Amino acid sequence: MLTSAFSFTRLRAQFIKEVLSVLRDPRSRMVVFVPPILQLLVFAFAATLEVRNVDIAVYNQDAGRWSHELVQRLDSARFITHVRHVDSQRQLHEMIDRGEVIAALAIPVDFSRTIAAGDSGRAQVLVDGRRSNSGQITVAYLSTIAADVGAEVVPDAQAPTPVVVRHWFNPNLVYRWFIVPGLTGILALFSALLITSLSIARERELGTFDQLLVSPTSTPEIIISKSLPALAIGTLLGLFMISAGVFLFGIPFTGSFALLLASLVLFIASVVGIGLMISAVSMTQQQAILGAFAIGVPAVLMSGFATPVENMPLVLQWLAQAIPLTHFLIIVEGSFLKAMPPGEVLSSLWPLAVIALASMTMASFFVRGRLQ
Amino acid sequence: MQADTAMAATPASAVAAAAVVIEGVDKHFGKVQALRSLSAHIHYGRLTGLVGPDGAGKTTLMRILTGLLVPNAGRVTLAGYDVVKDNDAIHVASGYMPQRFGLYEDLSVMENMRLYAQLRGMDADRNADLFAELLDFTRLGPFTKRLAGKLSGGMKQKLGLACALMARPKVLLLDEPGVGVDPVSRQDLWRMVQALTDEGMAVVWSTAYLDEAERCESVLLLNQGQLLFDGPPQQLTAQLEGRSFRLENVGAERRAVLTEALDLESVSDGVIQGAGVRVVLRDGAQASQIQALADRARVALAPVPARFEDAFIDLLGGGPGGTSTLAERLPPVELGSDIAVSCRNLTKRFGEFTATDQVSFEVRKGEIFGLLGPNGAGKSTTFKMLCGLLKPTAGEAHVVGHDLRRATGAAKSRLGYMAQKFSLYGLLSVQQNLEFSAGVYGLEGNTRRERIAEMIETFDLSEWLSATPDSLPLGHKQRLALACSLMHRPPVLFLDEPTSGVDPITRREFWTHINGLARKGVTIMVTTHFMDEAEYCDRVAMLSRARLIALDTPDALKRAAANAEHPDPTMEDAFIHLVESADREMEAAA
Repeated sequence: MLTSAFSFTRLRAQFIKEVLSVLRDPRSRMVVFVPPILQLLVFAFAATLEVRNVDIAVYNQDAGRWSHELVQRLDSARFITHVRHVDSQRQLHEMIDRGEVIAALAIPVDFSRTIAAGDSGRAQVLVDGRRSNSGQITVAYLSTIAADVGAEVVPDAQAPTPVVVRHWFNPNLVYRWFIVPGLTGILALFSALLITSLSIARERELGTFDQLLVSPTSTPEIIISKSLPALAIGTLLGLFMISAGVFLFGIPFTGSFALLLASLVLFIASVVGIGLMISAVSMTQQQAILGAFAIGVPAVLMSGFATPVENMPLVLQWLAQAIPLTHFLIIVEGSFLKAMPPGEVLSSLWPLAVIALASMTMASFFVRGRLQ
Repeated sequence: MQADTAMAATPASAVAAAAVVIEGVDKHFGKVQALRSLSAHIHYGRLTGLVGPDGAGKTTLMRILTGLLVPNAGRVTLAGYDVVKDNDAIHVASGYMPQRFGLYEDLSVMENMRLYAQLRGMDADRNADLFAELLDFTRLGPFTKRLAGKLSGGMKQKLGLACALMARPKVLLLDEPGVGVDPVSRQDLWRMVQALTDEGMAVVWSTAYLDEAERCESVLLLNQGQLLFDGPPQQLTAQLEGRSFRLENVGAERRAVLTEALDLESVSDGVIQGAGVRVVLRDGAQASQIQALADRARVALAPVPARFEDAFIDLLGGGPGGTSTLAERLPPVELGSDIAVSCRNLTKRFGEFTATDQVSFEVRKGEIFGLLGPNGAGKSTTFKMLCGLLKPTAGEAHVVGHDLRRATGAAKSRLGYMAQKFSLYGLLSVQQNLEFSAGVYGLEGNTRRERIAEMIETFDLSEWLSATPDSLPLGHKQRLALACSLMHRPPVLFLDEPTSGVDPITRREFWTHINGLARKGVTIMVTTHFMDEAEYCDRVAMLSRARLIALDTPDALKRAAANAEHPDPTMEDAFIHLVESADREMEAAA
């Protein structure tokens, strides 16, 4: 009878059991397959910071040439679907109040006259402050159009363009180029976290964990057999998102694939350790899911995905260094657009290795602690 | 047929004034028929037992009586109100205590009572008298500030009862109040229910324990949604008059004798009772065969009064045979030492609380050893330390000579474990479950294939290989659990309340296997709530308040509890006697 601390037979039996459990459990299956497909759809077609398909109201009191020119340009602007003409200031307000338009332009009676007199014409722009972000972007677009009109008025004058901004790495500021690589990390994080945090809790709920603990299997075997399926699924999911980024969204991949793969595996390993800790302390699967989100959501918020880590208070910056996603985001974003040199990758890779080691060690203690 | 005789025995006037009238009730959930054309009467001033194994339809009927479920056919009136049409009146006329307490665990005893009073539309402040009375009645007075979640199982049931009694219902419905409650607390519940029926209330007590049925004045016996019997329990047991016998003082040979007896054509059912073997003959059978067996074993054969459980098994056509196909295939267990399991000064403390206090005993090879005790006595904790699920704070435990603390892996590979809930992987098929347990015990190659094939054949599982364990009939599910825990042929088998909620026939089959295993030299460690199961044990360790208070054969324990009042005490009497006298000693010492 085998009684050694480590046996491949026992490990294989548990590994098969774990894989079957993940694939047959509707909850785990949903965690694995639904979010990536959903996220892909959402980010491919919906989520964007650009402003498109908006309506603008225009109250044009001037019948002159320049107001006509301005409205013509609005009409042909691609981001505007409809230009709605109204004939009173009150109507203008109502349309904004009802949310029918995002911005309104009121052109005064003397607009063209003032320009003809050599002065600069003034028009009023009203913006829906409830949609502040899109509103601000709309105003910026409108100013550009106004400036273009201005340039036509005084063709000889030096165009007032003192600064020319060039965005490096993402010259056209394509929103997806930025978001899809980051999403790779977030999706892999949540699926690995949920799969592992459900694993022990599920067995405890069914009473099979006791059955496992009375068998001669050792803690390292339990940890490994519970980590491997999550590690495999998390890595495959990460690779799937990376290839979607490259082939579907056409994001230039400029870094080293081997290094990215290595950091992906280390990243998932550290998440798996955290998931196992959550699972070891949860009595039910419900607690495990809550625990996974209680850890996962703040981790995403502090990782630098949405807001730069440098803008956080110092204490949170330190804490952010302990979050595996922080380091992985640097690597994945760097690998996609910046052609990050291997040296730079390594400087984010070693913290990942440290975190992975620490979280796996702690997970062993947590699982072993269940035996006390 | 039995139902008809019961009806005829009831005077017409009593029928008119019945507390509950059930007429032709049918209920199905999808394809599952939970109740089939059920008709019965429940009377005021009487304790009516709703008796049957798990899945018999007891809870479904309870929920129909309280108006929580609508029957598919038939009608029910409770205290004169139709449960469907006058649903609101039902809630006033009836008090219902569901199986899972229905208490708010994060509220204190008092807060729970106030909440239930307010839910019943009563002003909690004006009813101080009622509260005092209920607290006195349930003896919960000293614990009003304690959180309901921190109460013991018995105290929770009493609080649930107090809450159900809040509006002074005419009909009280108790859904399995005896589950998870030790005999001492159960005694208390019986006393309270007795007092209520004396006041004229109709009380329905549902239970899967057949010995509880004998305490009821009237019984509705359900099996698979059908009413098997309606009437006083004595009426049913009377039908078995002269068919129950006991082979006295068989001693060490009792398991062999039981096997032989069960395989006799004339015997329908048999169990071990301490050193004796109790048998029930088939209807119309002569005692000659069993007399011959008694003569061969050189023991006395004495007629004994029939029990309710005998009658139930008889109604279902008798128990299973006595030969365990499983044990027949196993080679006899060879151990280096005669002691299979031992512990010395085993102690477990959780913070300030001592769950197990200096427990020592030795279990011999091939012995069936029972651990008994009230809830919270430390029985589970001790059990878990012996099979390596908990690490002792002090003391040591050995399984087959291996120290559980040092040689954990070695000790664990020599023990098998089967828990109450069967602990099977519901997401894996039957075949995959078998493969897993073979693998996790390190079985490889040919051995693994042979053992799995052997288990499939022994337990007749071949039809079910690709099914999930949850879809198996209860009996097969239990066989699968036993197969998984015996895959590695452990010389010691741990059973943690293995037959809770299992019908008596499945329970018999299970014990046939266990008896067979013990005869092959497998040592069995078992915890149980069923007092009649304790009778199967060679020796019983009784725990109370973390200490070992008695360790002896079931017969010796029963003899020690005998007095003028109980000349022939049952195992339950012995249990109550021991716990109470240990408590008195503790108090005297303090």
